[in-house]
Amino acid sequence: MRHKKSSESGSSPGNRPPTDLENSSIKKTNSELLDRRTFMAGAASVLGMFAVSSCSWQEFIQNNFQRMTKEEIEQTVERLRKEYKEKYGKDFVVGTEGPLEATLFGYALDIQRCIGCRKCVYACVEENNQSRDPQIQYIRVLRFKDGDMDLEHSTIYYDPEEVPEDGYYYMPVQCQHCANAPCTKVCPVRATWTERDGIVVVDYNWCIGCRYCMAACPYMGRWFNFAEPVIPAESINTVTHYLGNRPRMKNVVEKCTFCIQRVRVGKYPACVEVCPVGARKFGNLLDPDSEISKIIRNKRVFRLKSELNTQPKFYYFFAT
Amino acid sequence: MKSFIVQAVKRILVGPPLYYAWMTLLLIFVAIGIGSYIQQLKVGLIATGMTSYVSWGFYLGNFTFLVGVAAAAVLLIIPAYLYDFGPIKDIVIVGEILAVSALLMCMMFVTADLGRPDRIWHLIPGIGILNLPSSLLSWDIVVLNGYLFLNLLIPGYIIYKAYNEKPVNYNFLLPFILLSIPWAVSIHTVTAFIYNGLAARPFWNASILAPRFLASAFCSGPALIILLFQIVRHYTKFHVKDEALHKIAEMIAVAMAINLFLLGAEFFKELYSDTHHLSPLKYLYAGMDGKGRLVPWIWTAFTFNVIAFFIFLIPFTRKRFLTLNLGCVLIIIGIWIEKGMGLIIPGFIPAPLGEVWEYAPTTLEILVTLGIWSLGLLILTINLKIVLPIETGEFTKHTASNGALASGRA
Repeated sequence: MRHKKSSESGSSPGNRPPTDLENSSIKKTNSELLDRRTFMAGAASVLGMFAVSSCSWQEFIQNNFQRMTKEEIEQTVERLRKEYKEKYGKDFVVGTEGPLEATLFGYALDIQRCIGCRKCVYACVEENNQSRDPQIQYIRVLRFKDGDMDLEHSTIYYDPEEVPEDGYYYMPVQCQHCANAPCTKVCPVRATWTERDGIVVVDYNWCIGCRYCMAACPYMGRWFNFAEPVIPAESINTVTHYLGNRPRMKNVVEKCTFCIQRVRVGKYPACVEVCPVGARKFGNLLDPDSEISKIIRNKRVFRLKSELNTQPKFYYFFAT
Repeated sequence: MKSFIVQAVKRILVGPPLYYAWMTLLLIFVAIGIGSYIQQLKVGLIATGMTSYVSWGFYLGNFTFLVGVAAAAVLLIIPAYLYDFGPIKDIVIVGEILAVSALLMCMMFVTADLGRPDRIWHLIPGIGILNLPSSLLSWDIVVLNGYLFLNLLIPGYIIYKAYNEKPVNYNFLLPFILLSIPWAVSIHTVTAFIYNGLAARPFWNASILAPRFLASAFCSGPALIILLFQIVRHYTKFHVKDEALHKIAEMIAVAMAINLFLLGAEFFKELYSDTHHLSPLKYLYAGMDGKGRLVPWIWTAFTFNVIAFFIFLIPFTRKRFLTLNLGCVLIIIGIWIEKGMGLIIPGFIPAPLGEVWEYAPTTLEILVTLGIWSLGLLILTINLKIVLPIETGEFTKHTASNGALASGRA
């Protein structure tokens, strides 16, 4: 972090941050300085890459989460907690809970009940520490005219006095946690994968930012931090998971994790909890007595773009 | 070896005023490009026009075009080595050197597009993870590097022998030459498959994509080569026969005919079946929801390609340098639009949930792109400056040891 801060507070007139090398050359004569300018441009580009895009040496050499030993995970978590404390002035929990036994998470959303209030959208942003500037939201609530389910005719831009509106219905879309996920398949470095409990996760410290997964996703389930994420310290959620809602860095991909930090300790995802009409259902697909299993067995369900054979674990259903 | 390096450096540093002007111009653009890239690293990819809707843009457009240029060297290799066509065999080395520069530009464009270039080591098998066999991007890294190796090895060996004034052992070289032919096809096929394999993007998810990639590559690459050969023979003692250029032009005519035919086939399928898969094509050629930033560009490309096709088809215009060069320029611009922005952007429009969000590169993106092109041309110029005198026999072990003599003539 120190590197980053010093570069921001520097008074360099150019686009690049001042480097130690450059500062020392200020004492030299002007002609020497000019001679060195071309060299400096090259040196600055190399040093600049470290100064602006990485925070620490430990972060730079950090391994893929799946390949880390227990000790490495503990050390990394400690480092991250220190980093977050420095940045937000708060003590963080960075959980590393693994998948639960005999559990495969699934989700169901009742289209008939959804009123399009977008409470889920904002609860998700707060729970999962999405950047407020630029804004990232994992859930997009589509509005359709009655009698039409054509995505190209839908819109996310509706702003009435009151919802629901006459003549419309709503369909929230987020990561569908596909069993045959096109996004994890294309990642050139295996920075994203499906956990044993069915949650599709991203290792933010392993992602190289190529955005191939975003091109591969048919649901717009993945979002990119085009700039350093900004979250006010007073609204940061300090209860996090390594593969979930811990603060992200710029130029990496993130996505819905079914609130991995909550569901692995027996809580519901934030969007399920906040829904005022109970349209959102969540549970264990492997348990035949769970609510989600009963819905899939007994209700009329469908999965979005099922013709693509992505096999989402996210179902839409009609309760009545 | 030492005398070779000293002589080579001398050859790079010495040249006519026009050479200095050219190199200075390139260096200025490279410097501006590096400055802009540092700014991009500092603020993040928000400095570009890309969004979560259109998540790839100008960089990958240029990358795709240049993979085609690199692959096109094969159109010289086949007649030169397999059919032993003399006029092209004499000059094939320039095509291979162009391929090397194009490949290096490709790698620079992909790196510029990466959000985290500091983590590029994650791609190195062993210390990192290269996701084979499932990621096509990983495959592309393998084939591009393999092709780079072949295109360094083959001309490198020939030049090494020429420098030492020894005959080339073609029996040693033949396996590599034979390998480089399917390999050239593979780099453009795998690059096409990067896009082709994504069911989420119907515009790319059509089997015609890879064949069209190859057809258009065999137009733009050779067109660049024809122009390059004329520049080379004008400014150096390197001899290029008209016959060779006309043979390449003939191949362009065939490639363009196939390219336009495949475009027609694509149009028919989408227009006649009239499903939602038509939407990206509609956005590209006619605009959608009142948005159509690419429409003038793609019609320019279409017009240029059709005019160029007739120029290359008719022997009268193909064999006159005025019209031939006009055709080359039209093709290069036409394919650059078609295989660049015209291919990448409509893949993302409309977005998977139906929104139409447009994209345009920012000034910074354009400056970085200019910087990469300039660096590529700089590498090409330097390579040619060393290789061509070796090929013509002006620069050998013998002349290098009489250093003063050699540099006096350069």
